Amino acid sequence: MKIVVWGLVLLLVVIHQDVWNWNNDRLVLGFLPITLAFHAGISIGAGIAWFLAINFAWPEGLDDDPDTAASQEGGAA
Amino acid sequence: MSPGMIKVVIIGAYLASLLFLGVFSSRLFRGTSKDYMLASHSIGPFLLLMSLFGTTMTGFALVGSTGEAFAEGVGVYGMLASSSGIIHSLCFFVLGIRLYSWGKKYGYTTQVGFFRDRLDSDKIGLVLFPILVGLVVPYLLVGVISAGKAIEGATRGDFPGLTENGAIPPWLTEFVICLVVLIYVFFGGMRGTAWANTFQTLVFMILGIVTFYIIATSLAENAVADGRVQMENGEVRTEPPRGFMDSLHIVSREIPKARRVRDEVTAADQIQTVEAPQQFRTRHRLDPWMFFTYMLIPFSVGMFPHLFQHWLTARSAASFKLAVVCHPIFIMIVWVPCVLIGVWATTGLLTLPPPFMANPSENANKILGFMVKALSGDVLGGFLLAGILAAIMSSLDSQFLCIGTMFTKDIVVHYGGEDRFTDKQVVLISRCFIIAVVIATYALSLTEIAQTRVFQLGIWCFSGFSSLFPLAFLAVYWRGLTKWGAYAGVLTAAGVWCWLFKLSEFGATENWSVDIPLGDNTIHTMPVASIFIASLVATVVVSLITPKPSAATLNKFFPNAPHAA
Repeated sequence: MKIVVWGLVLLLVVIHQDVWNWNNDRLVLGFLPITLAFHAGISIGAGIAWFLAINFAWPEGLDDDPDTAASQEGGAA
Repeated sequence: MSPGMIKVVIIGAYLASLLFLGVFSSRLFRGTSKDYMLASHSIGPFLLLMSLFGTTMTGFALVGSTGEAFAEGVGVYGMLASSSGIIHSLCFFVLGIRLYSWGKKYGYTTQVGFFRDRLDSDKIGLVLFPILVGLVVPYLLVGVISAGKAIEGATRGDFPGLTENGAIPPWLTEFVICLVVLIYVFFGGMRGTAWANTFQTLVFMILGIVTFYIIATSLAENAVADGRVQMENGEVRTEPPRGFMDSLHIVSREIPKARRVRDEVTAADQIQTVEAPQQFRTRHRLDPWMFFTYMLIPFSVGMFPHLFQHWLTARSAASFKLAVVCHPIFIMIVWVPCVLIGVWATTGLLTLPPPFMANPSENANKILGFMVKALSGDVLGGFLLAGILAAIMSSLDSQFLCIGTMFTKDIVVHYGGEDRFTDKQVVLISRCFIIAVVIATYALSLTEIAQTRVFQLGIWCFSGFSSLFPLAFLAVYWRGLTKWGAYAGVLTAAGVWCWLFKLSEFGATENWSVDIPLGDNTIHTMPVASIFIASLVATVVVSLITPKPSAATLNKFFPNAPHAA
């Protein structure tokens, strides 16, 4: 699954170069220029890819003791 | 009450609430330097998300995004925002979490402290410290000067007699901003900064959305009333807009008219002529290779010293999860409306003052202030200005605190000796440095070169931080990195940066590129690409041929890896 996650991130980087939209002036939904709509979609796609990353590719071996952390400051946030 | 005074009262109330927040947070201050600089590692997921987002979104997110879209078209979203959504979260995920983990375990407060330890090299600090401080200062100036320009644009004509153009002068805005940020950082330290960042991020996100709604509907209504809107059949529309979506259709359909108006439409068509460059609805004005290589700029987040400090405030590694996922979405929420407002300003739907038409690039950063003033009421205008200031100040505070912390920890405490100062003295020294940094920043913001060149300098300082990303990444993931490799990487980055900066006439040439012949063509690349690659190659090659750090150091950072050293 880690490979899928990093593959998705790489895919986002690749399609970010959407040269096929370069001179397309179509409006999506009648008000959003297509190049803007496509890249807004990339932002949403990035959110999804990172959601998968924190669930399936979380780093291992962190020196982070949750018990110690919990006692640091109860409701600080 | 005059329109100008309404805005001043609203902004004053907003600034007062920030001061209250800073002073209130100081009541939770535990009196230790760790609490002052790192909030005792107590920041949970929500505050971490808001403070990281607020810190990375400078005044450029509101003022600059609108201005760039006005000057270059909608392509700036892809170039600056969607790439940041991918890369910023990548930096949080691959660097932030790991550095937080080590920072908490080994007691780091600054990047220099980490690199000294990781590379077994005390002197690496002497190389890194001046470079990091030198790169943060222009970044600070971008924020301070953005505030001055935004308020000047939005209050133009409100205070006749005060200045030549009747606006609040930039020096006054910059002074007030610096003073307010200084007070709440001074008293609240990192906890006050995180709280203030959260409050300010909420303010600028909510007000940004409100601004978008008001500008879209007002622009459509005014344009129809003035007879500036054409229908599909070419007739002038007289029917008022039917709600928000209809307003969006009216104003966005006009975007490509910037070209058509100039080329084809006569004065008899009743549409206001604008002197605007070519198409703004596409990426017509952008170069594909510049667009591609611009993607390296967001890697700067991996080496921002103020973000490093924010990472270390987290309560646990799990606190990063919300920030990693939501950061790209938040960027979209803030940037899409701003980019649309910027390109709407290129249409013939409203009359821009002569300076905007005569020199769009130079005046681009005043366009949001102008749109707010022209299309919203005085009360809302005051709130929207508060939102712009919120975005700007939510970055300034972290940067002031971080430079104060670096001077204190990396220079005074490190070279003076850990045992020489009590913890209270360390906090006092840090506060004194913060005051000094604020005064120096304000003084620099008043200089001619800062006022005219700071935005170009901003891109150059981001390029510098990005070029140090390979060092941070290799320090975390490659046990083969050596101190000599690090020296080579940092000095190569600095050398190439200085050389290219000189070739660009010290930032005076806008959109300066490194041109590379490729067959019959020449490709134009952002300078960051050359600096980044040179730094990466130098770091790796020199590390491969120089002695590795000690086995104890490698065991400390890579306990599960087999050691060759």
